Amino acid sequence: MHIAEGYLPWEHAAAWGVASAPFVVHGARALTREVRDRPENTLLLGASGAFSFVLSALKIPSVTGSCSHPTGTGLGAVLFRPPIMAVLGTITLLFQALLLAHGGLTTLGANVFSMAIVGPWAGYGAYRLTRSLLDRRGGTMPLDVAVFAGAFVADLSTYCVTSVQLALAFPDPDSGFPGALAKFGGIFSLTQIPLAISEGLLTVLVVRLLRQSSRGDLIRLGVLTDARPVREEEKSK
Amino acid sequence: MKRSTKINLLIVLAVVLLAALPVVFGMGDDKDEPFAGADTQAETAITENDPDYKPWFSPLYEPPSGEIESGLFALQAALGAGVVGYMFGVKRTRRKLAPEASDTPDESGPGPDPATAEDPVSAPGR
Repeated sequence: MHIAEGYLPWEHAAAWGVASAPFVVHGARALTREVRDRPENTLLLGASGAFSFVLSALKIPSVTGSCSHPTGTGLGAVLFRPPIMAVLGTITLLFQALLLAHGGLTTLGANVFSMAIVGPWAGYGAYRLTRSLLDRRGGTMPLDVAVFAGAFVADLSTYCVTSVQLALAFPDPDSGFPGALAKFGGIFSLTQIPLAISEGLLTVLVVRLLRQSSRGDLIRLGVLTDARPVREEEKSK
Repeated sequence: MKRSTKINLLIVLAVVLLAALPVVFGMGDDKDEPFAGADTQAETAITENDPDYKPWFSPLYEPPSGEIESGLFALQAALGAGVVGYMFGVKRTRRKLAPEASDTPDESGPGPDPATAEDPVSAPGR
């Protein structure tokens, strides 16, 4: 769930817009380069953006008795690195702001910062960290666990940033920023935990299916480094 | 059934349960409006923290009814799911039409350097 149209003071809205712009411009360059230099990846690139489209359209009930939606940015961050997701996430946010009155144009900068920048980078960091810890074990487990960690962190961190953004703009009258952070965190981050687990699982599912259908792509993207994991899986069939 | 297919089905089942259980256990029953959007709750919380705040901009276009809005959300999901499904269809077909290539990298690309492909400890980054 993004910050609704008009619900950030204009100074905050402008500041988040300025903070986000360089990432999106850099991402647009990275995207153009990717499409030009590696046209064989374009289909998978489109599907990564489409995955974010699907997941951010699904409002799912959560344990807090409210609904929110996943972000779907973890998959693209793992496959194509975070800069490209800055663009694909922005496209998703623009679609929702223009057609669905969900999120908004004035809050676009803030929402891009949380969903298209911090989410993908935090998720990518979690993915790389998990791989560096587990890769020596071999087999398919390290990749699945790392992809889960990446998608989970990308999803959850997005909404933690949203909570911080709102707490900065609307501190609690009595307890100030910490009180407001607890309040908005309870609304966004707590609600998001089961959804982030779901997103992690769905992203693992997509990567598992990709490993069966297009292992060459995953090797080319550096997600799979050797042929061994799939051979082991085929043996166990 | 293949072991990997079983795991994939378990993943789908877990996602369905995660979405269904909060509703089944009535976790929204204590709310005025059960399972409302977190963004609507945030708007209420903003008004609590700053009663004078008035949104200074309203959406350029707002779906005139909840039905139209849910239709547009469904359209968004359908577009995305269509592209993802198309991609898997293309990859599967390519793999089936080139069975000898299924054990080697995708025929559509130049393929990886054999040295890095066989090196299990090479870095996962590009």
